[in-house]
Amino acid sequence: MLKKRIIPCLDIKEGRTVKGTNFKDLRDAGDAVELAALYAEKGADELVFLDISASLENRSTLIELCERVAAVIDIPFTVGGGIGSLKDATRLLEAGADKISINSAALRRPELVDELAQEFGKQFITVAIDSKWDQDQFAVFSHGGTRRTPRELREWVQELESRGAGEILLTSMQGDGTKEGFDLPMYRQLADIQIPLIASGGAGCKEHFLEVLRMPQVDAALAASLFHFKELAIGDLKSYLNENKIPIRHA
Amino acid sequence: MIAVVDYNAGNTRSLMNRLQDLGIKATLTKDADVIAQASKVIFPGVGAAKAAMSSLQAADLEDCLKSYKKPFLGICLGMQLMGEHSEEGDQSLLGLLDFEVQEFKGVPKVPHMGWNSIFNLKGPLYRGLAEKADLYFVHSYYVPLSDFSSAGCNYGIDFSAGLERDNFFGCQFHPEKSGPAGSLILKNFAAL
Repeated sequence: MLKKRIIPCLDIKEGRTVKGTNFKDLRDAGDAVELAALYAEKGADELVFLDISASLENRSTLIELCERVAAVIDIPFTVGGGIGSLKDATRLLEAGADKISINSAALRRPELVDELAQEFGKQFITVAIDSKWDQDQFAVFSHGGTRRTPRELREWVQELESRGAGEILLTSMQGDGTKEGFDLPMYRQLADIQIPLIASGGAGCKEHFLEVLRMPQVDAALAASLFHFKELAIGDLKSYLNENKIPIRHA
Repeated sequence: MIAVVDYNAGNTRSLMNRLQDLGIKATLTKDADVIAQASKVIFPGVGAAKAAMSSLQAADLEDCLKSYKKPFLGICLGMQLMGEHSEEGDQSLLGLLDFEVQEFKGVPKVPHMGWNSIFNLKGPLYRGLAEKADLYFVHSYYVPLSDFSSAGCNYGIDFSAGLERDNFFGCQFHPEKSGPAGSLILKNFAAL
């Protein structure tokens, strides 16, 4: 049986984790690679690295980070932040990324998704979406959630599927950082999605993971600070989900 | 020395890293002579069957792989290319083993992406591995179960997670991305 995935997300700036962590057992709390290795050991199923500096001059540090992660991590990882061309994608693939995540670039020029899928295969292409309920619909936002686009969530997902996206990472802007739970009505909108779906934004406790992972259309749940600050241990979360009949990998 | 076939079809860096971590000597190569001389071959691959077959032909590696008589491990698309034919783009394959690669149909989501358990484990690659161990998969096409399936997996239907016939082995999952369970399989292959 296919397992539901638990994914810690690391926000990166110039190769280091931004929000910091509470891990006393890390030599350097800001070192993304050390933290990634710890998560892999504790049973994370996959990792996501989002480069929030995302400017061109920082491209080389992201690639370097990718190489360092690939050298020590034996689970899949996705890299995102400012990827806008086939050239960026090629460099990250060569650096060892299993998947790339694109967001604003796909909204700016949706054909990029077709081109990337054609070149690398759809399994390499995760499209990240930031959305929230706004004026009677789930609206899609770009530029780190700062700009509202005319797009509606469900239609955008359907377009991405047909263009060759391999996975959707859907962040609820309303939920993000609140720890009040995943935005279940948002994921309900995507009951008929045909590619893997990662839920993100709002995780505050293990019950929240159970709620969202019970939805058949949700394949994975992502969280950042909850794990970084040890408010929830991955092992405990997985045991709890397993007791509650969610199919989970035991590491 | 293990030769890892380099033909521009996917993420070989992670595989080379894992082999190095495990202390397994390997070289990434597209040189037919180096491959022919190697004690074992690993044939990786991700992406589309047609593009991968074209790259193999461009690198002039088809004959060299077909005539290889020592332990040979195809991974993911590499395993699929060992068959006769793929439904993916109606593509002829290497024909090392007699199977047809089929498309997942009637499953809610494609690709089959994530950790899934393997069962009915047979042969030396799975020595020391528990039944129902979880491995990492990502693929849209599959190899049906057959006489030479050495591991099964279920996604809508039962399919081959592993193959073994004579010197030829295959795994549909990515051992280099499957944590300790995957590392064990790579070590078992290296020890053949």
